[in-house]
Amino acid sequence: MSRRLEAGGSWIDRAKPLRFTFDGAEYEGFEGDTLASALLANGVVDGFWSPILSRPRGVMTDGTDEPNAFVAVLEPWVDLITPATTVPLVEGLVALARAGVADLADAAPAGGRIGHVHRHVETLIVGGGDAGCEAARAAAGRGDRVLLVEERPRTITDVSGGEDVTVLSDATALGVYDDGYVIVHERVRAAAGERRVTVYAGNDPVEHTIPLPHGMERIWHVRAGRVVLATGAFERPLAFVGNDRPGVMLASSAMRYIERFGVLPGERAVAFVTNDWGKEAAGRAGAELVDVVDARDGRAVVRADGDPRVASVTIREADGSGTTVKADLLLISGGWNPNLGLWRAIGGGLTYDEGRACFVPDGAGPSWLSVAGAASGALPESAPLWFVEHGDDAEKYVDLQRDQTVTDVRMAVEAGLRSVEHVKRATYIGTAVDQGRTSGVLTAEIVNTALGWDPGAQGPTNARPPYTPVSYKSLAGPYQGLLLEPIRITPIHASHIERGAEFENVGQWKRPWYFPRDGESTDEAVARECLAVRNAIGAMDASTLGKIEVVGPDAPAFLDRMYTNRMSNLKPGAIRYGLMCGLDGMVFDDGVAMRLGEDRFLVTTTTGGAARVLDHFEEWLQTEWTDLRVFCTTVTEQWAVVALNGPQTRDVLTAAGTDVDLAKEAFPHMTFRDGAVAGVPARLARVSFSGELAFEAHVSSWHGRYVWDALMAAGEPFGIAPYGTEAMHVLRAEKGYVIVGQDTDGTVTPFDLGMDWIVNPSKGDFIGRRSFSRPDTARPDRKQLVGLLPEEPQVLLPEGAQLILQDTGAIPMPMSGHVTSSYRSAALGRTFALAMLKGGHAMHGRTVFAPMPEGTVAATVTPPVFYDPVGTRRDG
Amino acid sequence: MLLVPCPWCGLRDEVEFRYGGQTHVNYPADPDALTDEEWADFLFMRDNPSGDFRERWFHAAGCRRWFNAIRNTATYEFRAVYRVGEKPPA
Repeated sequence: MSRRLEAGGSWIDRAKPLRFTFDGAEYEGFEGDTLASALLANGVVDGFWSPILSRPRGVMTDGTDEPNAFVAVLEPWVDLITPATTVPLVEGLVALARAGVADLADAAPAGGRIGHVHRHVETLIVGGGDAGCEAARAAAGRGDRVLLVEERPRTITDVSGGEDVTVLSDATALGVYDDGYVIVHERVRAAAGERRVTVYAGNDPVEHTIPLPHGMERIWHVRAGRVVLATGAFERPLAFVGNDRPGVMLASSAMRYIERFGVLPGERAVAFVTNDWGKEAAGRAGAELVDVVDARDGRAVVRADGDPRVASVTIREADGSGTTVKADLLLISGGWNPNLGLWRAIGGGLTYDEGRACFVPDGAGPSWLSVAGAASGALPESAPLWFVEHGDDAEKYVDLQRDQTVTDVRMAVEAGLRSVEHVKRATYIGTAVDQGRTSGVLTAEIVNTALGWDPGAQGPTNARPPYTPVSYKSLAGPYQGLLLEPIRITPIHASHIERGAEFENVGQWKRPWYFPRDGESTDEAVARECLAVRNAIGAMDASTLGKIEVVGPDAPAFLDRMYTNRMSNLKPGAIRYGLMCGLDGMVFDDGVAMRLGEDRFLVTTTTGGAARVLDHFEEWLQTEWTDLRVFCTTVTEQWAVVALNGPQTRDVLTAAGTDVDLAKEAFPHMTFRDGAVAGVPARLARVSFSGELAFEAHVSSWHGRYVWDALMAAGEPFGIAPYGTEAMHVLRAEKGYVIVGQDTDGTVTPFDLGMDWIVNPSKGDFIGRRSFSRPDTARPDRKQLVGLLPEEPQVLLPEGAQLILQDTGAIPMPMSGHVTSSYRSAALGRTFALAMLKGGHAMHGRTVFAPMPEGTVAATVTPPVFYDPVGTRRDG
Repeated sequence: MLLVPCPWCGLRDEVEFRYGGQTHVNYPADPDALTDEEWADFLFMRDNPSGDFRERWFHAAGCRRWFNAIRNTATYEFRAVYRVGEKPPA
């Protein structure tokens, strides 16, 4: 029976009673209580269950090392799983017991305010105990900016004397990372209410009241010159038969429940200790102390019995005789473990301290990191006892949160495992919420013992950030929804929305996918858009194309080295398509180069490849060819581009108004002209990604929307249709134009694409050239680009489908290729596909098969150009 | 997260940088003079020491300059940084 004493309890305020609900029943506690101390004060000592074996469990500790007393907090904030020992009691708190496993049904609704704060300090101190406060005072005395974080929601008052000292309470250092980077999770739980702040409007102070609601959180990103870990030590339990019963409690925890909260955890106690601190704590725990069993005297507690709470304790004397005594509380102190999870996760080492029977810092950590106080090993001597030999090992619990016993550890060792890291993965010991705070050293020493090794031969497994559980929502903070990632839109975007476009994401860009008219399906809309381009005119927003200006006297020579074909002999006013390869000879990006002048080019890249290509250019210019006088400038967002495709293109441009002579002879394919379109300055370029007569109008991004609207209005009588990326994909595939990154995957050479014509080895060296003659790159059975026509003309091959040469049904099937692009073509009146097929260039006319769950699809291999192979429409 | 000492900008967060692997692996003056094995060695093979390593970094979200560094691969400590074209410190 636990109860609250009439007096005492330095952390609680008896003038401030609080009501709370636990598992549906109402109780009272005081301000300053934890949920665990309030439950103990109300006699709720064994309301908890273990997660795997469903054994009854009680509160064993008073901190983040608690392995038993897990709760879900539902009001006034939501915390899916947390130890009751770390929950500050507040008015109206509602909590449920949880058997070490969270229930997502308790999840908080989305929303809430979680800020992220960035802070630089000279000294960050983790832990607001004596050692932490002393370190803070010393740092403040040096004039440092100081941040001290204390995980308990307690006011820290003994830090003073500095100009810039910040103390965060209810704040946990989740992880310590390289070069003094620390992530801190701050919560508002006990301290909810209001905060008065003064803001200056000019010289006039204005008082504001800031609400601090329950559950408000902040994530602090701290960069500190020095980090001091004053994280204390955890008292260690011991493994013996029945050591997991309710009523078994760490000695120092029992002492703290009396001294801090005025709560008596039991009436008649037996203490089982290995050290003086534990012995002293047991003496201060308030209960009648029936016996102090000190392992250093050769005595041991060999079993605890009860139903389920401890009712009797069996003690084995040094001479082997045994006695059983009645007790409702069994206080344990098996020594002390410095709390070094943060230290180890950043590379700090441990060494075994024989006298204290624990692992202490070996001083080999990063130079900016130090450990103070109990965490550094300022701890009492202890007998090296981990588990009691007497009794059935299968009833001695090592990791209470994983229900793993001494037997489980021994079985792992007998199975051949020696490293604690392997034993951890076989038993799951140390993988629960407390990450082995109570079980880590016990497990290591049981393994050492089982192997006949000395104590300390190997230490506990590593804990990893976060130090205590934190929700993804907190880590995401404000970076959700629209703030998750930048969204890039073109200057014409608003028009696409007005026209009801469906959008697709291309990298960070939002591009119109297709423009459905009333009631149209995706397929119907795409077919209509394709036919508009083939038969009249279509308009596409091509502003997302990457655009880089390459300028300087050596720009022509530079581009000759970057592209597989020659760019230096391009005349001003002319355009050339180019492929870029990596050093390994694999296609990397493609686009066109427009020669603006003797010393300047505008090169376009794929929409997704713009940043990559610019980086690629910069890397070669800065690290290899530093003698080349070339500047590269990204101008992607400076230009809006409207691509007009279709036989009526000239008519629409003329109707919109232009001073450029559009005649075939004056303005041939793959040239550009500067002039005006719809009254604004424009660069008109004859490039076609559809195979139709096509002009791109490049205008200042400020004029993008205006020019788009003008062209759409001028095109109305000609049946102009805006079209999206899906129609663009179909149109280019009908012409066999590849999309880098869809038809290629970083393992494809220009020769694999059948684009031998674009590789010009006579112009001198260029990136990728030497690799074309590597034996693997020159193999004849490489996957090569082909077209596919399914035998059933309305069957659509799925992109990614594997291809086989013989449809025998035998498994495994030798895979000979895969489909890279596949569409329904309105122009062809059937489906078609592009594919990469082993030795495909020599297989035109053969039949291949795509085995699909609903049946095998047969298809004929063809050249990859399906529409207007000679290019008369494009060049017209 | 490392603090990377960009020689142009000073100490900046690692997220601003792109790692560039081993440095002083120069593009061969005449790739055709290399055997296939030598070319493959240049393309694919890099040192992987435990300890000091000369490597390249690119301040992609900063000054956009490439530079060289000597960094201990075991402790992650930057021992020196130097600009492209400068001799590595002893």
